[in-house]
Amino acid sequence: MNILLNGQEKECTDGSTVLELLASLKLTPESVVVEHNHEILQPEAYTAAELAENDQVEIIRFVGGG
Amino acid sequence: MIHINEQQVSLSGEHSIAELAEKFKPDSDIFIVNGYPADRLTTVSDGDRCVFIKKGETPAPEEFQAMLTARHTPGIQEKIRKARVAVLGLGGLGSAVAAALAKIGIGKMLLSDYDVVEPSNLNRQQYFTDQIGMLKTRALRENLLRMNPFLTLELIEEELTENSLPSFFHDVDVLVECFDSSQMKAATLRSVLTRMTKVSYIGSSGMAGYASNNSIVTKMLQPGIYMVGDDISEARPGQGLMAPRVGIAAHHQANQVLRLIVGEEERRRDEHTA
Repeated sequence: MNILLNGQEKECTDGSTVLELLASLKLTPESVVVEHNHEILQPEAYTAAELAENDQVEIIRFVGGG
Repeated sequence: MIHINEQQVSLSGEHSIAELAEKFKPDSDIFIVNGYPADRLTTVSDGDRCVFIKKGETPAPEEFQAMLTARHTPGIQEKIRKARVAVLGLGGLGSAVAAALAKIGIGKMLLSDYDVVEPSNLNRQQYFTDQIGMLKTRALRENLLRMNPFLTLELIEEELTENSLPSFFHDVDVLVECFDSSQMKAATLRSVLTRMTKVSYIGSSGMAGYASNNSIVTKMLQPGIYMVGDDISEARPGQGLMAPRVGIAAHHQANQVLRLIVGEEERRRDEHTA
């Protein structure tokens, strides 16, 4: 299936979760902000949040330093 | 009407600086006319603005405000003076953001950090060697008040969490995220998006090392939500945080605060909140 990730089409496995998406992108779950279909997710929801065809996902990644 | 140290003085005709200084501030030795240095023989007339200063003397609050207003133009300074800005994390970014905002006379700053000044901080942070061991909040307050004695500062000295952030910062105009930890950076943006719906935000990600100046950018994520950095330059062994590039990012953040305050760019709109 395809989702829209940061405005770009991305193919991912049927029924995969936000947590699995982050793992496939090699992103640390605690260092990102995820918006799933216009809703900001809390990190503890990543495991249960299943992706469906044409879902819109925005991921904002932070790297350390300041 | 001539303005002398922001007091309106009813005078007609031309007057020399020497004559006015003698009358209004006899010990002054620096003269500014309409924003530029002038000498004793300069003449002024109706509509001119004069500031007379004695070297080394701390100006009165109204004189200081007047100097800032003369520099920044009146409408702008009024907006700066009314703004409430929170700076979260007082390291390389936060201490430099706070210094820039202090110098332009920001109305109120909330300064947040629970850590002390350490020797390893001094390669980039706005502290002095004799402040090692002091809480950063206290050390920075001391330094900012030397730059601008008329600031209103509030210090928050506890470790913040995603859940505790709104209770401190829900009513500021702009929140500047200057944390070191990527987890706290993410937590702060989540908290702003979900629970501080009127607060504008300027976050940061990627400013370590000495890569190009010009890869540091300010991006809008949505109106009132901005991110500064190059997105990739993480602080890690071999790529440390250093004053020059961290300073570039800090001043991107500070200038973005100013742009929001004066209305050059969009602040937060309620309908955009999640």
